[in-house]
Amino acid sequence: MKENEKDRRDFMGMALGACAAVGGVGALYAAKRTWDPLPSVKAAGFTTIDLSGAQENVLNIEKWRGKPIFVLKKSADMKADERDIVIGSDRFHVSIGLCTHLGCIPAYEKDQHKFKCACHGGEFDASGHQIFGPPPSPLVIPPFKIDGTKLVLGESGPEYQKMLDAGITA
Amino acid sequence: MAHFEKAKNLNEWLDQRLAINTLKRVLNTEYWIPKDINFLWAMGMVLAATFGMLVLSGIFLLMYYKPDTNLAFDSVNYTIMSEVGYGWFWRHIHGVGASIVFLIIYIHMFTGIYYGSYKKGRELIWLSGMGLFVAFSAEAFSGYMLPWGQMSYWAGMVITNLFSGGSLELNGLVEWIRGDYVPGDAFLTRFFMLHVLLLPLVIIGLIVLHFGTLRIPHVNNQEGAEIDFKEAADLWKAGKKKESKVIPFSPVFLSKDIFVMGVYFILFFYLVFYNFNFAMDPVNFDPADGLKTPAHIYPEWYFLWSYEILRPFGKDAGLIAFAIAQLALFFLPFIDRSPNVAPAHKRGLFQVWFWVLIIDMIALTAMGKLPPTDPTFAFIGLVSAWTFLALGPILFIITMFEKKIEKGA
Ligand code: FES
Repeated sequence: MKENEKDRRDFMGMALGACAAVGGVGALYAAKRTWDPLPSVKAAGFTTIDLSGAQENVLNIEKWRGKPIFVLKKSADMKADERDIVIGSDRFHVSIGLCTHLGCIPAYEKDQHKFKCACHGGEFDASGHQIFGPPPSPLVIPPFKIDGTKLVLGESGPEYQKMLDAGITA
Repeated sequence: MAHFEKAKNLNEWLDQRLAINTLKRVLNTEYWIPKDINFLWAMGMVLAATFGMLVLSGIFLLMYYKPDTNLAFDSVNYTIMSEVGYGWFWRHIHGVGASIVFLIIYIHMFTGIYYGSYKKGRELIWLSGMGLFVAFSAEAFSGYMLPWGQMSYWAGMVITNLFSGGSLELNGLVEWIRGDYVPGDAFLTRFFMLHVLLLPLVIIGLIVLHFGTLRIPHVNNQEGAEIDFKEAADLWKAGKKKESKVIPFSPVFLSKDIFVMGVYFILFFYLVFYNFNFAMDPVNFDPADGLKTPAHIYPEWYFLWSYEILRPFGKDAGLIAFAIAQLALFFLPFIDRSPNVAPAHKRGLFQVWFWVLIIDMIALTAMGKLPPTDPTFAFIGLVSAWTFLALGPILFIITMFEKKIEKGA
């Protein structure tokens, strides 16, 4: 009888343990999901930018998913780069305007044709390649689709896919 | 059920049900404190009192603060500051308190290091204290977000980007922490929750633990002398107060604590009324703007030293150096191999090490505040960062060879 009782109590203990484990994992999953971005946040991720009015060597800053987007029309004397987005005869540098170090917005220095980040002194050239300081990688090109003279951000068109496959942007 | 007698007074009534007399004895009147300690040992109670001020002022701020990216800035800078009667008063207490609390924490920490109060038997005091330091850091950071000014936004951006793990590019993790692609509404409300509920609970829990860890090893003293607390306490109880090396926490030691707190609060309220601006960053009086970075981003003064350790290196190395800086002090009881529980000025090389550490941290703090453009200062920053990283191994080596010192010699 004594032995038997011990077995029954052990069983209760194990059952409790199993329930707690299942419940704990479930609760953790629910907690994780609660912290995920909301569907509405994810869905509002498209922006259209019209490039026809852009001026050479003047940086335009647009907004996409709350982030600044650099749009820079390159002048003829600026070096062409595999990261350029070509529309007709125009070349554009388009990137997420957040430093790849810790996410400050670099400022564009017109005369020197480069981006300078004030936070920790990082620098990028006009094609977005890091040329100085702590940034580990080039400015990120957002997913885009070319639509006439317009650019749709948030959708990946064939040009973007090509860059992605070639490892030009992350 | 236990047996209850009719109580003669409230104290007795409570004692029968809650054992409050035992509690008072254990926590106050027979909790023994060495006589030989100076005002630096009062910093613990000063911290507790400051935390109390922060909670109290926070409760009042909570009544008008709005955790919404459209409303937060005005609810703080307009409603609380100009409309709510004495709203400015609570805000200044809260702002000054948040800054000063770190000054006191640092004093408290370095007192512990100077006198070797983290050593054998007292490791848990040190570890729970470091836990408190981390919890206070998180509390300060989450609170810094709430006014939703420019520094709030960009500090949120930069600090959460630390979690991208360098070249590991854990952007999913960063977006998960923010609940958005950039710091936004989800970010503000969850940091609001952390600041007003979860982290304060953690802090309170850790404070209780921190006090608990003191009860058995007892607080250290100026000479690091090992005291037979039982013997010393018996002397005191027998009326031989002169001969005894200890005093009861309450009311005898507490009176000294309270005196120090009195002096401290004069300074504290001087700052609150006449000099609150040092705790308010001017950049944070511009509303948050995700399309414009302030010219120069720096954290509050108490984070500058660790921020500066991150800055001179590349992204990955910077992150690793930063992580080491954050965690290094946790391991102090295990890095210091010396058996000596004695003040630094009796420990030879350790004293040199201690002051190098202090000077290095001051240098890092000063460099962290400066813009990253000047090469000389950047170089000083780099040297200081390396010095900090080297100090751990150096301590390990010098304390390995440290000889046991003769106490009282
Ligand atoms: S965020 Fe740009 S250099 Fe650090």
